[in-house]
Amino acid sequence: MTKFSDDKLKKVQEIMARYPDGKQKSALLPVLHLAQEEFGGWLSAETMDYVAGLLNLEPIEVYEVATFYSMYNLKPVGRYLFEVCQTGPCMLKGSDDIIEYIKEKLGIAVGETTPDGLFTLKTVECLGACGYAPMMQLGKNFREHLTREKVDSIIEELRARAGN
Amino acid sequence: MGRKLLLNKAHVEGILTYEVYRREGGYRSVEKALKTMSPDQVTEEVKKSGLRGRGGAGFPAGMKWSFLAKPEGVPRYLVCNADESEPGTFKDRYLMEFIPHLLIEGLIVSSYALGSNRTYIYIRGEYAWIVDILEQAIAEANQNGWLGKNILGSGFDCQVYVQRGAGAYICGEETALLESLEGKRGNPRIKPPFPAVKGLWDCPTVVNNVETLAAVVPIINDGGEEYAKIGIGKSTGTKLISACGNINKPGVYEIDMTISVEEFLYSDEYCGGIANGKRLKACIPGGSSVPILPANLLLKTAKGETRMMTYESLADGGFATGSMMGSGGFIVLDEDQCVVRNTLTLARFYRHESCGQCSPCREGTGWMEKILKNIEYGKGKKSDIDLLWDIQRKIEGNTICPLGDAAAWPVAAAIRHFRDEFEWHVDNPVESQHRNFGLAHYADPLPVPVTA
Repeated sequence: MTKFSDDKLKKVQEIMARYPDGKQKSALLPVLHLAQEEFGGWLSAETMDYVAGLLNLEPIEVYEVATFYSMYNLKPVGRYLFEVCQTGPCMLKGSDDIIEYIKEKLGIAVGETTPDGLFTLKTVECLGACGYAPMMQLGKNFREHLTREKVDSIIEELRARAGN
Repeated sequence: MGRKLLLNKAHVEGILTYEVYRREGGYRSVEKALKTMSPDQVTEEVKKSGLRGRGGAGFPAGMKWSFLAKPEGVPRYLVCNADESEPGTFKDRYLMEFIPHLLIEGLIVSSYALGSNRTYIYIRGEYAWIVDILEQAIAEANQNGWLGKNILGSGFDCQVYVQRGAGAYICGEETALLESLEGKRGNPRIKPPFPAVKGLWDCPTVVNNVETLAAVVPIINDGGEEYAKIGIGKSTGTKLISACGNINKPGVYEIDMTISVEEFLYSDEYCGGIANGKRLKACIPGGSSVPILPANLLLKTAKGETRMMTYESLADGGFATGSMMGSGGFIVLDEDQCVVRNTLTLARFYRHESCGQCSPCREGTGWMEKILKNIEYGKGKKSDIDLLWDIQRKIEGNTICPLGDAAAWPVAAAIRHFRDEFEWHVDNPVESQHRNFGLAHYADPLPVPVTA
């Protein structure tokens, strides 16, 4: 059953209190972020319907938002999502090579997840780390100045973390 | 060393915390404004300063403030645009990450001037960790009486909230941002009405960039006239430039707008020259949507004058031979880079980020990407270059918001200045797959027009 814990429900209330009365639809983006973190890293139809109910919105109001923004995943993703930037400034610093290397190393294409469910590779457009290129987003943080060696160590680090 | 007003304290140890920030003179502008100035006097100082919007458009900030409608009994809002998404731009991130209280301080003073009791920072979703930094700073400001009810006994109430976006370049456009903040898709609104009249929840709203609002702090501390003394002409004050690409020292630099492009690019104080001993081929001086310039037009204007890091000088020559300050995203390409490929990645970016509302942008950006892909991968025809030119012409000026223009300009400028590189790709479909066109003549000195 899709349901936030009491803690998270409190967080939802806090978010809703940021807006004037009657403007609680504004809570939709932050609550979708919360739902995605909470319910497996992606937004299923069930999750979106639950959020609609919480905010007293029509489900379509949630779907149209969830499908617009690139950070909401509408399909299941691996435990660790590599979002590698490929826009101009990163390209100038070798992001194409980094993307090829990750594909080769993990044996997956862009958009795919490794069979063990650990890694998903996604290419993204400029994330605002142009001076520290090439880079990827990993969860809440950026991994910057990527090299092949750095990619190796990130993968090792995450495999070790998953093993625990 | 140029004057620094925003980042001069950014490297003080512990500046992230309220204690250190306050010890270093932080929040003085709030005291000054709330205790000794009326809201209109604050606006007047910002007008005097000549501060121009630092998000990209460069519109005078004080004038924007003065447009805010003030009907009785209707709330007004200040929204800080921290959606920084223009490729090449990462200056606001730096400011928020390293000296977040400066933004909060600027927000309080600006909210006071505009009469905003609820102020929002709309930050791009990917800057997730910065949300925590800002919320910490806001909590500290609250604990120390700089936010909340009746701040410093002035009768002014203000609260600041952080709203996280979710991945959409378009939400940096102010009306798309407001839509997003209302919990909707980021589709830009038709203007007029402008946000100053009908903005957030249909209330009068001012949307300003992070750097713009931070600059209000030194303007109030030192006075608008002092601020306006820095810089040249209508480029007053200091500007954050985020430098990236093939340079020795990528990063965020605060410049006072009195230095030349050459000094910015080659001096050790800033970019430190082109990396790996290579030569400069091209540069996009103000974020991905502004025109790319070949080396010879970057350092000197078509008139043969030294090009300066100012709004006016970067734009000298119009789009024929100039570019723009834009968002201050300074992207440098060395002699080994391929302008076709670079343009392709930017076209892909704009196709990905088009909200889809207007046909010229939705369809045109897709076509530009496809055609550029063909040229880049050795499947292009000569006529494709003219077709690209034609498509970008049909997007520009024909869309609700400036994303269409932003998508058209990089393609137009690349063809305008690097047409022979595109033609070379078409003529050499095999060779172009393993070799780049190189520097060619792009750094050759231009003939200086003879003036009487």
